[in-house]
Amino acid sequence: MTAVQERTWTTVCRYTDLLPGRGVAALLPGGEQVAVFRTGDGLHVLSNHDPFSCAAVLSRGIVGDRGGVPVVVSPVYKQAFELATGRCLDDTGVAVATYPVEVWDGYVRVGSP
Amino acid sequence: MTRTLVVIGNGMVGHHLVRTLTERGGDWHVVVLAEEPRPAYDRVALSSYVDGWDADRLSLPPVNVETRLGDKVVEIDRAARKVVTSEGFVQDYDALVLATGSYPFVPPVPGHDRANCFVYRTIEDLDAIRAHGGGNGVVIGGGLLGLEAANALRLMGIRPQVVELAPRLMPLQVDEGGGALLRREILRLGLDVHCGVSVAGVEDDRVVLSDGSELPADIVVFSAGVRPRDDLARRFGLEVGERGGIIVDDGCRTSDESIYAIGECACVGGRVYGLVAPGYAMAEVVADRLLGGDKNFPGADTSTKLKLLGVDVASFGDAHAASPGALEVVHNDPVSGSYKKIVVSDDAQTLLGGVLVGDASAYATLRAFVGRPLPADPGSLIAPAAATNTALPDDAQVCSCHGVTKAAIVTAIGTGCADVPSLKACTKAGTGCGSCVPTLKQLLTSCGVEQSKALCEHFPQSRAELFEIIRATGIRTFSRLVDEHGSGAGCDLCKPAVASILASLNSGHVLEGEQAALQDTNDHFLANLQRNGTYSVVPRIPGGEITPQKLMVIAEVAQDFGLYTKITGGQRIDLFGATVDQLPLIWRRLVDAGFESGHAYGKALRTVKSCVGSTWCRYGVQDSVGLAIELELRYRGLRSPHKLKAGVSGCARECAEARGKDFGVIATELGWNLYVGGNGGFTPRHAELLVSDVDTETLIRTIDRFLMFYVRTADRLQRTAAWIEAMEGGLDHLRDVIVHDSLGIAADLEAAMRAHVRDYADEWRGVLEDPVKLARFSSFVNAPGVPDPTISFREERGQRVPVQLGIPEVMAR
Repeated sequence: MTAVQERTWTTVCRYTDLLPGRGVAALLPGGEQVAVFRTGDGLHVLSNHDPFSCAAVLSRGIVGDRGGVPVVVSPVYKQAFELATGRCLDDTGVAVATYPVEVWDGYVRVGSP
Repeated sequence: MTRTLVVIGNGMVGHHLVRTLTERGGDWHVVVLAEEPRPAYDRVALSSYVDGWDADRLSLPPVNVETRLGDKVVEIDRAARKVVTSEGFVQDYDALVLATGSYPFVPPVPGHDRANCFVYRTIEDLDAIRAHGGGNGVVIGGGLLGLEAANALRLMGIRPQVVELAPRLMPLQVDEGGGALLRREILRLGLDVHCGVSVAGVEDDRVVLSDGSELPADIVVFSAGVRPRDDLARRFGLEVGERGGIIVDDGCRTSDESIYAIGECACVGGRVYGLVAPGYAMAEVVADRLLGGDKNFPGADTSTKLKLLGVDVASFGDAHAASPGALEVVHNDPVSGSYKKIVVSDDAQTLLGGVLVGDASAYATLRAFVGRPLPADPGSLIAPAAATNTALPDDAQVCSCHGVTKAAIVTAIGTGCADVPSLKACTKAGTGCGSCVPTLKQLLTSCGVEQSKALCEHFPQSRAELFEIIRATGIRTFSRLVDEHGSGAGCDLCKPAVASILASLNSGHVLEGEQAALQDTNDHFLANLQRNGTYSVVPRIPGGEITPQKLMVIAEVAQDFGLYTKITGGQRIDLFGATVDQLPLIWRRLVDAGFESGHAYGKALRTVKSCVGSTWCRYGVQDSVGLAIELELRYRGLRSPHKLKAGVSGCARECAEARGKDFGVIATELGWNLYVGGNGGFTPRHAELLVSDVDTETLIRTIDRFLMFYVRTADRLQRTAAWIEAMEGGLDHLRDVIVHDSLGIAADLEAAMRAHVRDYADEWRGVLEDPVKLARFSSFVNAPGVPDPTISFREERGQRVPVQLGIPEVMAR
């Protein structure tokens, strides 16, 4: 018998509310804050928590690419985090959590990790 | 056993001797006896004293030896080996050095000793000229010093005319062709020059010339050459040269073996040198001899390169083709304002010397080849855009100020110096007169060090190039720009840089459409991000002037939103601890009370700080607050490569600290002085004088041009100080462009600033009036109004401050 883990989905906003190339912050039911980004290659969700400053600000970082890897750059001390994996490109070994995301009937839904 | 060295004279050369000797050790007890009332100072830089009248800026490194200032030596008892001063002080010596320098020669024309006649050699001379003042001035002597004196008069607000006996200006350094070009360039600046004529007499209000003409003159400055001060030597029986100067041998020893003479008072090999470099060389010879060495005076390189009244002049080696059989090769282009001549040996194989006027960029390379086989056909060496990277021999001196050879520089590049600043730090090359900096760049390039100017990995262009592309093509979106001129998706370097360029080109509100996504978080929320994720708010308070009513509004807003309140260094008030959703609520109240954005969050004009000025201050000579407000309102909202700070002081006491700003204005009796390129921060720097005594209209026009030129051409995050430093030709070039419109772009720059002033609109009012922009100011997209749970405050000294957000999991580097 396999235990099926139920994934919780939280609807955060309409897809069209998102500005291309920019993030927004959203609050999950457990009190976790996430950063939702709309980029050319789709949607990405990372923890909003910046491990370097401890402030909840990653959603306010500039989105772009470094060497072709899509990243968000922390607005506090400017470390880059890979959007797809949460891996920090400036400090190997540091990463932030990523979350599943989908568009459902025009709305953006973020799943629990 | 300690022996006693007495040095008579405390000029640059005497000081250099004492410094060299004390640095090398040795058991000499040194006594300096000086007629001058102040410690030795940099007389070569005397002209810069006019900029600020701060004698301390000319200081030389202090030396720790016994020094008697303001007491002249009147007697040398050679038999008893002692000297006596005018105050009766008696000092024995084992060795005596005469470093008495020279005095300005004043031709004995009738009236030469009138009260309006001055000379130009010491700080005291300049103070006296300034105290006398006047509307019209005449400088007698069109040599190097005369032209410097003319410029100093100009900076003091006096209109100078120059009279030179020789048929051309700077007869010692340049030849006829070079002198003609120099004269033309100087006439263009509005200075009158009279060559080939002498002075017949001086009266109270005019100078009469030998051809009978008269020049109006409230003030007359003689700079007709200098004469060695050899009177002591003459009186006490030392040999002097036919045309003056104390005769010394190659070891700088006079006819008395325990007495030396160095610098401008000495005559070595039959010559008296009026330059500091040979003086320093003599000082080093004597220091060596005093320590038991046998060094000889090596002869002197009298090469000169300087900028006079904005014109480059260089002369090196046998500039006048005095060597037998010497050939001259000349390139003279009066249209572009460039005269170049090289002197070669009769077989056209060896470079002997040359003269460059107008464009002296080839100086460093050519001077290094003097006495060596020519690296190329003589004509091609001075042809326009000559290939100056002609391979220098390894032992060629690239930096003559610090004696750094090409080999030393190449070695430094090999050990990792990858740019000019690191070469300067590592080798000292380029830190003297700076004329070899272009050669340093060439050497970096020829060693294969790439001098990348790329903005980032997405754009190979520099910021200035991108600015021109955006301006010329009319592209107004990042996506199109990166598609057509770059690659990739952009990053945190190029996106804000492009956003700033777009804003500088009046492309509407900074949060309009796609532009919003380019902005750094501060510009995105029009507030300053603080360490706990909250923001601070700074309303504009132009010139620091605020009514009690408006002050109360700020106080009420701070109280109602629980904001930590602090007065900034720029004379305004910073309100800390606002969350993103509070920002529009705060600004609604501020905008309603008549406040607007202070742009503390932007790379833009911040404040124009002012002192209280003539309205209240007993010492103020102009209305500094009024001008500061006018400037702040004119340039508010101007986006630039980095932040811009300004100041206006109402008098020379400078209470607004304007010279620590990107542009600073200081009131004078006649108008305003404008200083540019100052900053505080990591590397504090005083702003330098750009124009002086101008009226308000000229001042504003000049600042318009300066700021727009900076906005267009500086690199990303390059403050004005670094921008001017990196500019080829530095401040002089900047002045040419801004004041003399040498690039013909002044009208365009002014028009751009007019467009900025016309299109300015308060950014916060723009947000409050647009629901789309307003909607972005929410804490959570799915829970607007719910505060960020990580933010909390504690109280300190009666105000709210952030609670530390725990120990970061990783330390920021």
